[in-house]
Amino acid sequence: MKWHEKMLNIDRRWIYLILGVAVIVPAVVSFHVPVNVTPEVRRVYDFIEDLKPGDIFYVGIDYDPASLAELHPMAYAILDQCFRKDIKPVVATLSQFGAGMAEQVLSEVAAEYGKESGIDYCYLGYKPYPAITIMLMGVDFRVPFPQDYYGTPIDSIPMMRYVHNFDDLKGVISLSAGTSSEFWIIYGYGRYFMPLALGVTGVMAADYYPYLQSGQIFGLISGIKGAAEYEALTEYKGEGLKSIPYQTTTHVVILAFIIVSNIGYFASRRSKK
Amino acid sequence: MRRQIPLYIVLVCGIVFVIQFFIPSHESEFIFEYGQDWVMVIGILALPLGIWSYLRKTWLTAVKKPKERFFAGVSLFGFAIMMLTGLKRESLMAGSLYMELFEYVLIPIQATIFSLLAFYIASAAYRAFRARSVIATMLLGTAFIVMLRLIPLGPISDVNQALVGWILSVPNMAAKRGLLIGIGLGAIATCIKIILGIERTYLGRD
Amino acid sequence: MIRFKIRLALILISASVLLLFGYISSPGQELEAPPEPLPAPPTNVVISDDPNDDGHTTIVSWQLSRDDGAGLNNVMAYEIFRSTSPEGEFLQVGVMGKGLDSYIDRGEKEKTRNGEPNPRYIGAGIDYYYKMRAKSTTGTYSEFSELVVGQAKNNWYHTGKTNIMIAVLIFSGLVIYFITAAKRGKELYVRPIAGIDAVDESIGRATEMGRPILFVLGTGTAADLATIAGYTILARVAKMTADYQTKVLVPVNEPVMLAVAQETVKSAYMEAGRPDMYDEQNIFYVTAMQFPFVAAVCGLMIREQTATNFYMGIFHAESLILAETGAITGAIQISGTDQLAQLPFFIAATDYTLIGEELYAASGYLSKEALLLGPVKAQDYAKVILLTLLGLAVITWSFGWGFFKSLISTIS
Repeated sequence: MKWHEKMLNIDRRWIYLILGVAVIVPAVVSFHVPVNVTPEVRRVYDFIEDLKPGDIFYVGIDYDPASLAELHPMAYAILDQCFRKDIKPVVATLSQFGAGMAEQVLSEVAAEYGKESGIDYCYLGYKPYPAITIMLMGVDFRVPFPQDYYGTPIDSIPMMRYVHNFDDLKGVISLSAGTSSEFWIIYGYGRYFMPLALGVTGVMAADYYPYLQSGQIFGLISGIKGAAEYEALTEYKGEGLKSIPYQTTTHVVILAFIIVSNIGYFASRRSKK
Repeated sequence: MRRQIPLYIVLVCGIVFVIQFFIPSHESEFIFEYGQDWVMVIGILALPLGIWSYLRKTWLTAVKKPKERFFAGVSLFGFAIMMLTGLKRESLMAGSLYMELFEYVLIPIQATIFSLLAFYIASAAYRAFRARSVIATMLLGTAFIVMLRLIPLGPISDVNQALVGWILSVPNMAAKRGLLIGIGLGAIATCIKIILGIERTYLGRD
Repeated sequence: MIRFKIRLALILISASVLLLFGYISSPGQELEAPPEPLPAPPTNVVISDDPNDDGHTTIVSWQLSRDDGAGLNNVMAYEIFRSTSPEGEFLQVGVMGKGLDSYIDRGEKEKTRNGEPNPRYIGAGIDYYYKMRAKSTTGTYSEFSELVVGQAKNNWYHTGKTNIMIAVLIFSGLVIYFITAAKRGKELYVRPIAGIDAVDESIGRATEMGRPILFVLGTGTAADLATIAGYTILARVAKMTADYQTKVLVPVNEPVMLAVAQETVKSAYMEAGRPDMYDEQNIFYVTAMQFPFVAAVCGLMIREQTATNFYMGIFHAESLILAETGAITGAIQISGTDQLAQLPFFIAATDYTLIGEELYAASGYLSKEALLLGPVKAQDYAKVILLTLLGLAVITWSFGWGFFKSLISTIS
């Protein structure tokens, strides 16, 4: 068997072994990978950075624990930025299993800055039927959420007194791993035209770039890479940047595999001629 | 005759639900919800059928195939444990044995199988991503450009960034919409075949 | 000493002068501000029925207050109130921002809630009274607008779906036309599909090797269209294998799917005249959970060394795991799905892939029955019509003519 034939018919267990090593290496040897910040992530960062203290910003934690790995770092970094800038986030979730998780993230970050529920932030909780909930929030937050997560009527929450619908907010970001993102574009932006940004999982990213191009969303954070970019901008020490070495080694290995396999393929074609 | 009755049921239900789509009235909403309820009822009624099929198959494997006896045993053991711990109403509360097994045994096992995907992507890419023809080369080139944009080090340049934006929102989108139009028409055609009783292989014997 | 006294006196005088002036120039505290002018209320409030619903929604429209964007320019929002009687208690049902002149009042469908009448309920044929007021930027309110009354109606036709209905009728007409044409013996040409041509060969290969065939119907539900297309292909495949006496293994992940798949295979064997071939054990339920199902199917491939694997239906993240395991065992693999996100994985890892609509057309191709080929032909013509319309819409819309665009757009 010639070398190129060997290369083409390599036992795939070698591939698995090499990839396995690539996954483990960053855990053993720590190294730094520079993260290139893309304009669509920077736009989200700049948008929040340009808000004034006291401005109200909506953060939708619309994912469930299954996609926690990719979207949790974004939620932490964004809420951290809001609290650091004294911006008041209104948080709700459209995911059935997201309510407890969202509460945990929010209260954790809020505690770091000594922020108080009702004064510095408001957590509305969960409502089913994402499309309808978004439309109703466009009418008045009081319709889908007469009370916040803790049972306080919205009208008795100081920061919500003059907040009725999206017109009273500076903007919206939804972090989601499913159809909620699409609902935000269709029923949120499509009807109420508020500035909208999305955080999505890596596999969903390709589907949402066109909305960026068309201007329906002003920013997009995708996957663990997007989360890392955001952390790089906010200088928040989270899971996003920590995952980047793993992503880098595995990506490089897969790209190398494709190149090696093509070299083998070309060599074998040439020798056949 | 045994075959005629299901066909008539399909015909009537099919036409009723097509018409229902165009009627927003209260009555029409009721019919739709009623139909949805039936789907659920049928699903639940069929569950014992599934469990019986699983138990019989696994039991026979354990008895007849000595080589697979161990695996069949593990499967039956898991089934018994989950069923016994899940019998009580409180077992769905956090902290119960059932939920602990679910969270610390089942979910990690599922995550392990899911993570096999990363390895299989590598081996599939090694095997499939070859410049076999002009079209395959174009695909390979495009994929490379997109990947360079999405890896942690990317985008490698502004040109890369702009090019990927264009690839995703123009050729990629056009291809997807083309496929979706075909799928939509294919789905309607299949529905018409089923409603009219032309396609009846799924109905079983006379 | 004297100079010091003079200086002190000067300081005291100037201080008192400053205090005096300061008092006069700050009229603040005790004097009242002139009353702030209230905004004018919105006028011409009209209540109409939402023409496309089941009688739980009304549309409130009004003419903007003359202080909205003009006049005093102090309107911030409009508040809408509803009651079931003119004197009754009015409930605030909505708030709309300035500059907006209509509100869709979506009532709730439940008449009672927790045993008490639901104030948010709107029912068909009941008189509802509405009034509105404008809210100013400083939080004051205008007078109420005149009281108006209206009803919601239970509608029997969705006006926004007319174009869909026409399209469905045209397409159904095309299908029926081609079916009757085929019945009369008209030759229908359909382009060859490599994946379907390979079915015969792959079954033959399994027979030669004396190994079973694996047929996976995906991880969708029994009622998904792609799964139904999967049954139709399963029927053809089972019929072909009956002649060769090759075993077909069908692991499923839904009990309803199990019942349908068993009946499908049974009737296929009967049709082929080999009812003795049918073994219920070969079509079996595994689990409803995605990854345990994948583990079971992959195990089956490795233990049984299946020679040919079919994947037909709805697939999710498991597509590549199944297809790669199949590639490891050296099986010939034919896949088909309408899930766009999984198509690339199948194309990369299996030998043949039925892309989207090809999955739906496959049963027609495999049976070669004119009745089943008719709809495939109709699909082609429908596609020509649709693409022409799309092209016309794009071109005419570029010149500002919206007729064709309106033909293909839907109302949500």
